Amino acid sequence: MHFRLAGAFMPTPVLPKPEVPMPETSTIAASFIDALPHSKALGMALETLSEGMAVVAMPYDPRLIGDPETGVIHGGAVSALMDTAASVAVLSHPASGGSTATLNLRIDYMRPATPGQTLRARAECHHVTRSVAFIRALATDDDTSRPVAMATGAFTIGSGPP
Amino acid sequence: MKRPEPVHIVKQRREALLRGLVDGVPYIGFLGMRFDRHGDELTAVLPYNDSLIGNPFLPALHGGATAAFLEVAALVELAWSTLWDGVEAEGILPEGPLRLPKTINFTVDYLRAGLPRDAYARARVNRSGRRYASVHVEAWQDNRARLFAQATGHFLMPPSEPKP
Repeated sequence: MHFRLAGAFMPTPVLPKPEVPMPETSTIAASFIDALPHSKALGMALETLSEGMAVVAMPYDPRLIGDPETGVIHGGAVSALMDTAASVAVLSHPASGGSTATLNLRIDYMRPATPGQTLRARAECHHVTRSVAFIRALATDDDTSRPVAMATGAFTIGSGPP
Repeated sequence: MKRPEPVHIVKQRREALLRGLVDGVPYIGFLGMRFDRHGDELTAVLPYNDSLIGNPFLPALHGGATAAFLEVAALVELAWSTLWDGVEAEGILPEGPLRLPKTINFTVDYLRAGLPRDAYARARVNRSGRRYASVHVEAWQDNRARLFAQATGHFLMPPSEPKP
């Protein structure tokens, strides 16, 4: 995903630091996902945000089924969840300069997501250089001990699309 | 020599096979994807829709929408090419619901921003075995030679039906 924060959308190009009081953070956090049309169409919500880390939830939705026989969500929707969580994690890192784009994303699908359950992706920047943020993400359903999918990716920092 | 089948019968059967792979999957409909077919060549088409946008300020397609588009294109091409020979040889569609392979992993490279326009993708099965397959897929918009994304995936094939 390509993303650049704009003045009209946010008063400051840097997302709130963790010490900002929760109500303000969650208000901005909620409006944050609403500003991403495809993430909004998939019903995603930002649940946790700190420097370089984000948790994004995607409720079960029959429109996202990939296997009609089992009702399991399509891998593509899991990819979109991973990409969103990773992008938000990069944007919340102070070095991002409020702008990022996905260079590469690799996803391992470990097991089918259980139909009816909300999926949550937790993404973190584990290393940031002047031009690239490296992220790891894990997606789980209600059984958090057995992850549904895992992702690693590289994201641009600062200068927008590659 | 056996007379060739009428062209409309051949087309009907091929279209029915393609519909069997695509129509029953809600997520393909959610994305608004379709497949254009010329003989055995499939082109996945993602008609532009505002809900596919990730960054409204550029604007650019959401990386997740692009990844999903490529993954569906790869899965359908793999299932299609696996079934094609049998259907062509026997002249009948397989019985029962068609099973798609399962994705083991999928790696997407984003080469340039996805523009707010229609996107196209073609997949190539590089290796297809009894249990595992590897598929490469390329996506473009205005110019076939200027890819905006490419991906490689590994897939687990559905268990083959025992022959009666």
